[in-house]
Amino acid sequence: MINAVGRDIPEELLADGKEVYQGKNHFDGTYVQKVAPKTRRCETPQDGKLCATIREACERCGAHDGMTVSFHHHFRNGDKTAAAVMKVLVEDMGLKDITIAATSLGDAHNNVADYIEQGKVIGIQSSGVRGRIGEVISAGKLKTPAIIRSHGGRPRAIEAGEVHIDIAFLAAATADECGNASGTGGKSNCGSLGYAIGDSRWADKVVVITDTLVDYPNQPASISQIDVDAVVVVDEIGDPAKIGSKEARVSQDPRELKMAEAVADVIAATPYFKDGFSFQTGVGGPSLAANQFIEKHMEERGIKMGFSLGGITGLVCNLQKKGLIKKIVDVQDFDNNAVADMGENPQHFEISASEYANPANKGAYVNKLDFVVLAALEVDTDFNVNVITGSDGVVRGAPGGHPDTAAASKCSIIVTPLTRGRMATVCEKVVTVTTPGDCVDVVVTDYGIAVNPLRPDLIECLDNAGIPHVTIEELKDKAYQLVGEPDPLQWDDQVVAVVEARDGSILDVIRKIKPYTFE
Amino acid sequence: MTQHVTRPKPEKNRLRRTMMFMNAQKPGLIKDAYIYGADTIMLDLEDAVAESQKDAARFSLYHALTTIDYGDTEVLVRINGLDTPHWQEDIRVAVAGGADGIRIAKCESAQDVKTVEEHILMAEREFGIEEGRTLIMAALESARGVVNAYEICTASDRLFGVALAGGDFRKDMRVKVTESGIDIMVARGMMLLAARAAGVQCFDTNFADFKNMEGFENEVRQNHQMGFDGKSIINPRQIRLVHQVFTPSAKEVDHAERLVRAYNEQASAGVGVFTFEGKMVDIAHVRDAQDLLKLAKASGVYHGDL
Repeated sequence: MINAVGRDIPEELLADGKEVYQGKNHFDGTYVQKVAPKTRRCETPQDGKLCATIREACERCGAHDGMTVSFHHHFRNGDKTAAAVMKVLVEDMGLKDITIAATSLGDAHNNVADYIEQGKVIGIQSSGVRGRIGEVISAGKLKTPAIIRSHGGRPRAIEAGEVHIDIAFLAAATADECGNASGTGGKSNCGSLGYAIGDSRWADKVVVITDTLVDYPNQPASISQIDVDAVVVVDEIGDPAKIGSKEARVSQDPRELKMAEAVADVIAATPYFKDGFSFQTGVGGPSLAANQFIEKHMEERGIKMGFSLGGITGLVCNLQKKGLIKKIVDVQDFDNNAVADMGENPQHFEISASEYANPANKGAYVNKLDFVVLAALEVDTDFNVNVITGSDGVVRGAPGGHPDTAAASKCSIIVTPLTRGRMATVCEKVVTVTTPGDCVDVVVTDYGIAVNPLRPDLIECLDNAGIPHVTIEELKDKAYQLVGEPDPLQWDDQVVAVVEARDGSILDVIRKIKPYTFE
Repeated sequence: MTQHVTRPKPEKNRLRRTMMFMNAQKPGLIKDAYIYGADTIMLDLEDAVAESQKDAARFSLYHALTTIDYGDTEVLVRINGLDTPHWQEDIRVAVAGGADGIRIAKCESAQDVKTVEEHILMAEREFGIEEGRTLIMAALESARGVVNAYEICTASDRLFGVALAGGDFRKDMRVKVTESGIDIMVARGMMLLAARAAGVQCFDTNFADFKNMEGFENEVRQNHQMGFDGKSIINPRQIRLVHQVFTPSAKEVDHAERLVRAYNEQASAGVGVFTFEGKMVDIAHVRDAQDLLKLAKASGVYHGDL
């Protein structure tokens, strides 16, 4: 069946009431029945949650073949917990048919790629799939299609019971013997534990893993003792140095600065740019650099930002220290300056992924977002964005909060160079749709700006401000003129991954890639 | 993808607020330098290019000129000095590629301009380029060049302007860069006088410390107050500020438009004495206002019919 972004979704995926994507806000106002976890009652005084090893915790929580486990990715490339737990489950305990429902997976989890090849891990549900895991999925080695969900789509699926987590293994910078856990105050801090909070409440069993056991009670806690079954102390849960690849460093590249300046000009030209506005930016070079140009516009107008949302960087914290941002609302920290700020700044708040971006609760923070600035691997002439598959069709990215913030914000801006090497970033059809075009308002490139025709109001704003813009087709033509039009990728029939829209419908599928050969 | 680009015929009098210099040998820089919005880009064969790489730079320059569509952006070529073995071949390549003009480095006399003009003409004939198409500008880089500014400015019909090149000029004068600009103030003034007397444009030297935005802004404002038409720049980050300073403000444009309209109405009614909003106004102010509107239009901030 063809969905609203023109993708053909195989009928066999549309079982059990699963629908194809029918446009943003399609399910607005409908009801959902949430599920609840199975909870073991503890009525007597007890001090028995501490386990000596990960294996002991797994055994106590009834780890078994065919179960679903979850992890968070707050340590990003520095995560050591997920790989260690998977090693225990597969290599030490010999378990099989495991599904991993992680908030994201990447280079830190290359052993999972081995377990997929060995058939021990049969399912992957994640926002991001980078590194070797992406390669083995694209090679068709995972038994069931991977499911790609946004950061808002994942808690939606968990709360609706579409994913049932048997055991959540949650790394925490500090924890006490009863499981009150936090992302700060330990030797390996990650700041916000936003992605872990929902898992602690919805999984049947919860294991908190820490390298810094503190006195009871560990407060304030992100994860509460009432949800925790076991606590394990290990040597090191993760390497915080690897959380941020771009440590609050602002680009000096003229091309990125030009794009960043254009982004800030677009923002300042809209009616939403007024005192108390809200803003989120990704961690790409131009997105980060946009902060400094927005700062200039804020100073000129004499206005402040009401709140900054999302993945938080040290740059945002610095803006707040200058008095330009009232509150920081934080689901994840992108560098160590932000991590430190989370631990000491009373105006820097932690929220869960569901609070952040879930479309199926009574109103997430993204719904209050004025602007979001996001990157893209590709944008097509229907404004659809791909952030998951590379130009070779291999899974190597992460939608993260991209689809959620783009859909819910008043003005979503994609910033990307028009070409990367010989690849046209603005193209005829993206390889995979991860954020549908009806959620994307403005595309800013080094060669010009295009506004989605669905937003005539924004076109008028740009015209009034004297900001030149062109059609998305003109940008695509320019890109093809520069680097040529790519040949279509060659696919097998086998679906290796399903891309879910944030509302749970199917946005696209990723098929097994055929190795490219020159004719 | 590899179609031969034909550039529009160069305009002698056009908007030249910013001239951005870049090494003609660096494909990554020159492939799309127009995206930053400088009025002119200056593909450099001289100081930016190592002595052993002059030939490679010319090769790169030729292919850039003939395959990259720079659109409305003016494309000039800075050739090597007339005291080097490179300048003749530089001219042949620039003209063959269809460059809009040539910047003469270290120009010291009217004869230097005439020599370059002669070789440009030879190259235009050799490569079947329209005769007289290729413009000239002269860089004054020595005391002698500045003293001879007027004869240089009037040496050729092709010459649209002169620029000061601060680095070499300061060496010649044995002065160092100062914050106030006193080191080259006299040269700036002499060159401006000569250029205005000859009716050509005049451009200030680049500001090398591109991280010092405050110092840069002070210098650009001073340039504008002195009467320069534009400035050499070395980093895209400098463009926006120069354009801001050299582009008439909305208030100025509005005033100029009202003044010109008032004049037009009264002139067509046969009124001898020109009054504007209750005041007597000199006809010279009308010309200023017309020039300002022309600049505003070229800068894209005035879309009216005057």
